[in-house]
Amino acid sequence: MTTITRPTEVEAQRQDAPRPRRRRWLGSSPLGLLFTAPYLIFICAIFAYPIVFAVWMSFQDYFFSAPGVEVDRPFVGFDNYIAVLQDPAVWQSFRNVGVFLIINVPLTVVLSIVLASALNRVVHARAFLRVSYYVPYVAASVAVVGVWLFLFSGGGLVNNVLGDLAPVPSWLINSQLAMPVIALFVTWKQLGFYILLYLAALQNVPKELYESAATDGAGGVRTFFSVTVPGVRPATLLVLLISTITGANLFTEPYLLTGGGGPNGASASPVLLMYQKGIEQGNPDVASAIGVILIICVLIIAFIQRRLVRDEES
Amino acid sequence: MIRFGMVLRYILLLLGALVFLFPFYYMVVGSLQATPDSSPAGAFPAPGNLTLDNYVAVNERINLLQGLVNSGIFTGGVLLGTVVFGLLAGYALAVLSFRGRGTIFALVLLVQVIPFQLLMIPLYVMIARNYGLSDNYLGMILPFFISSVAVLIFRQYFLQLPKDLFNAARIDGASELRILWSVAIPLVRPALLTVVLLTFIGPWNEFLWPFLITKEASMQPLAVSLANYISSIAASTANPFGSLLAGAVVLAVPVVVLLIIFQRQFVSNDIGSGVKG
Repeated sequence: MTTITRPTEVEAQRQDAPRPRRRRWLGSSPLGLLFTAPYLIFICAIFAYPIVFAVWMSFQDYFFSAPGVEVDRPFVGFDNYIAVLQDPAVWQSFRNVGVFLIINVPLTVVLSIVLASALNRVVHARAFLRVSYYVPYVAASVAVVGVWLFLFSGGGLVNNVLGDLAPVPSWLINSQLAMPVIALFVTWKQLGFYILLYLAALQNVPKELYESAATDGAGGVRTFFSVTVPGVRPATLLVLLISTITGANLFTEPYLLTGGGGPNGASASPVLLMYQKGIEQGNPDVASAIGVILIICVLIIAFIQRRLVRDEES
Repeated sequence: MIRFGMVLRYILLLLGALVFLFPFYYMVVGSLQATPDSSPAGAFPAPGNLTLDNYVAVNERINLLQGLVNSGIFTGGVLLGTVVFGLLAGYALAVLSFRGRGTIFALVLLVQVIPFQLLMIPLYVMIARNYGLSDNYLGMILPFFISSVAVLIFRQYFLQLPKDLFNAARIDGASELRILWSVAIPLVRPALLTVVLLTFIGPWNEFLWPFLITKEASMQPLAVSLANYISSIAASTANPFGSLLAGAVVLAVPVVVLLIIFQRQFVSNDIGSGVKG
């Protein structure tokens, strides 16, 4: 508090030469360090250290022990990774999440951009419509899963409406349909958030572009593709990234909606396997190895998405 | 032609809204049915088939009040940490200039894209095994203690305040703490509400982490005890879907009510700018 003596200093910090040494080293308001210290400690303890710990663990023969007990946990190189890659259940879970992403990500981008640009232009019932789209996003997955179980169960409303068209075996116990139903569920559940992001992005598209498109005689569809879509490209990149990460994080839905990744592992996700192997079966080293592989996959996908969206721009 | 487009837009949006709202309507209807009716007619409440028994039934198996209290303590702890320390960090990043500010801001952005699944196992080992904080509120709260999204939103709001305001206060001899408390915070009160609402949703709905760390039923947030009910107990009750949906209504109602009351605070620009940094 005593470090700030002159009000002009914030602007003039670079110019005025004779300054106390401490200030040159810490910046003009070292108090900022104090203010950010709790957050910084939090990040180190909850993000930085655990990440390093996870990678380290994946190269050890790591097992649970009572707190404070010194046990020997040998370095085993890539053994955990080899075990993971030889496990057909792991391959299946990655295939499942691939199916999930192929359905969920494009559907999310298309629906949220279309609904957001439609919402952006309505005048009446604006508040009602927006709130309707946000409700699934703010409600707890666990609660919403309950009603989907009811809707999509064997004798549920969906099958009753479909009558003879109902799939056999029913949705959630059908190995072909379990994963697509989960993908639809998550798309529906999260869409409100992405609509919110696109609505924010749409405010930044210059109005003049729409006006000149209108003077040029472009129709609604044409304007959408040549003004709106390019105008919100940064948001699209963000939506792609977040929906991919959310998809890779899939756990609650296969755990509850299909009773632990059923039928027969057809809807198991990598995170579900991490839970089963790491915590239920007590192999945190193997689970960490799955986690590291998963993150590498997500990074590769994110990199490709970034490239694709960027290329389109140039 | 323009009229036609407008009508079409409204039809599309209303149909969409129906798809988004119907499951919630159906959740409430289903939770009130004495015998589950999954025929199309069952989607409408039948006067003879209405009961509150399902709420009683689910409350006998899982203590709804205890679950709500646990969810409340978990959420309250996260809100406290986020509002106090998140605000301080956001303020410092926006207003104060100090060494390492750029690095810390980069960290805030980086943290947004780190998925929880990589942290799940090491955090479980650390918090549950090494520190013995399983079945403990502190253990539940710790990984979510300061929301990074909140830091970004706070920073964004403080950036929008005119610099002259702070300079004027400094000329008057106000200390940095005093400027923060009597000048900056009163001006960002709307942001405070937005952050509280957004942060509330996270821990209230969080399932995976409290599920990993609580085994004792009396410590479980409602989302966890309801999930356990769905996956194991529900089948053994008289009306499994009815009681399950009754629990779901209790879990979902607080957040949905908050959304409806404070819908203006879910303003897209604030949240969008927060997420975009």
